[in-house]
Amino acid sequence: MIGEGTHSTNQRRHTYVPDHVEVGFFTDPTVCIGCKACEVACKEWNQVPDDGFIWSGNSYDNTGHLGASTWRHVMFLEQDRAKGNQIAGPMSQDEDPFRWVFLSDVCKHCEEAGCLEACPTGSIVRTEVGSVLVQNDVCNGCGYCVVSCPFGVIDRRPQPLPDAGGAFKCTFCYDRQKSGLVPACAKVCPTESIVFGRLDDLRARATERVQQLQQSGYNDAQLYDPTETSVRGIHAFFLILGEPEAYGLPPKPQIPTIYLKSAWTSAFATAIASIIATLLAFAFFS
Amino acid sequence: MTANSPSEKRLEELREQAWKEGVVAGKGVDVAGGPIPRKPGYYGQPVVKQPVWTWEVPLYFFFGGMAGMSAVIASGAVIFHHLNLARTAMWVASIAGAILSPILLIMDLGRPHLFLNMLRVFKHRSAMSMGAWILSAFGACAVPGLIALELHANQIFPGTLDQLLRVAAGIFICGAAIFGTLLATYTGVLIGATAIPAWFLHRTLLPIHFGTAGLGSAGALLELFGHRITALNFLGFYAAAVETVLLIWLSIDKHGDADRAIHEHGSGWLIRIGEVLTGPIPLVLRFFGAIPLAAISFLLGALVSRFGWIAVGKISARDPESVFASQK
Repeated sequence: MIGEGTHSTNQRRHTYVPDHVEVGFFTDPTVCIGCKACEVACKEWNQVPDDGFIWSGNSYDNTGHLGASTWRHVMFLEQDRAKGNQIAGPMSQDEDPFRWVFLSDVCKHCEEAGCLEACPTGSIVRTEVGSVLVQNDVCNGCGYCVVSCPFGVIDRRPQPLPDAGGAFKCTFCYDRQKSGLVPACAKVCPTESIVFGRLDDLRARATERVQQLQQSGYNDAQLYDPTETSVRGIHAFFLILGEPEAYGLPPKPQIPTIYLKSAWTSAFATAIASIIATLLAFAFFS
Repeated sequence: MTANSPSEKRLEELREQAWKEGVVAGKGVDVAGGPIPRKPGYYGQPVVKQPVWTWEVPLYFFFGGMAGMSAVIASGAVIFHHLNLARTAMWVASIAGAILSPILLIMDLGRPHLFLNMLRVFKHRSAMSMGAWILSAFGACAVPGLIALELHANQIFPGTLDQLLRVAAGIFICGAAIFGTLLATYTGVLIGATAIPAWFLHRTLLPIHFGTAGLGSAGALLELFGHRITALNFLGFYAAAVETVLLIWLSIDKHGDADRAIHEHGSGWLIRIGEVLTGPIPLVLRFFGAIPLAAISFLLGALVSRFGWIAVGKISARDPESVFASQK
């Protein structure tokens, strides 16, 4: 029975919100079957409006990218590489290697979140469980979080969709978590490719899983969790096969606040130079 | 059927053509997005989101910069007793900074009726929050400054009250000048401290450009309003000279694929046209004494380059390769 395994945390009730326990998602593409149940569950539970039905032609992915009305997005990668030590086809050894990889993308809930720092209204907050939440009733739609997210997750919802004008992204199902429930996407994932749980547990599980895969011939399996950059790690991390670029993930994401010092220095220097130039102009030419 | 039969060769040819060109010159056969993705990143999808800002924001950058630096000129004029120039400059500062700028900013919001939420918190790590407070403080100084100055200039009140007004005008105008320099330059920080490569790679240049363009446009507009004094002409020379240096800096300071939106696209041309109109052209025109033409050229350039920088940000954000290149 799904969710009855010894490690499974996806179907259990919890008290993480009152206990202030940091939680996260660990998403593993090697067990994802590309069913998109997470996308459907997310839309249904959170009542996220549809944002158009576009036939992309990009494998089985007609969702495209995360956005104001897409908080889970299953990626379909088609790569000319072997998946672990799989046999690509029955014909011969000359067969072109090929692999199909599915990965459910989501808001990363950064340790240092660009959107949260940028928000001028205080609409975006950090919750008790360490996730990043947009308070829809406070957001005035200035759009600064949109350009401050190094992962291109958050976006402003365009007219004429419901609640248009505000910024939206994954809420980590904060409403469900407050009631002791697991986020909708993790709840429905039939293979537990999406795992929800305590951050420390998940990090240990992810490291273990990467080792296990590498031993089984998945030489390019790695953990995507940029702890070495100014983002200082993410609460929704991924196991990936190959390079992060192929998943549209930035290899070294940076929080834009690291650019503030040099930009403000330049601004203050310009401010002082302008005042001096003006005073000199009047002093010498009056 | 052997591996070398003509039909197999034809398929090989098609494969070669498809691989090299992405499109096969057949009957509408298109392999773009075919089995193996050939676009950069994930099917060429953008890595960072493009700005949702429309025409209101570059126009706000233009008017905000002009208003802020107009207050600086007003403070200089007050200190050195150019009363009429100070009055015009404070009218420019108040109309552009306390009326046009807030209207444009509110229009750009996704939910304009919630604009007051901007003043809910004070976050020094958010350039947008700082900007909202700077603009509010500027308006709170510029408008009383203008009123006090006009009451004083028209001798509405007699004696001591008039002296009080004179002092109040001085204090408010100096306050407006200080917040004005920040109003004109913070916009460079605003777009410089983002995740968009073409912007953050030029975060040092942007505040200098926006601030100086603001100073030049304020001076140019005041000259067009008839204040043809040497001090303003000097400021015109100063602004045009700085912009010329920035034009050279921008053409030298290239970051390859990371900021190619500036160097390879039409939007890059917008920036360069703007820089030429604010830099070399007014410099030459002022040298030959064609002050009104120089002023018009500078104003146009300052406006065009603001639109150029927003357009560049949108193109840069849509380009996954530039994001990857900026993180190499």
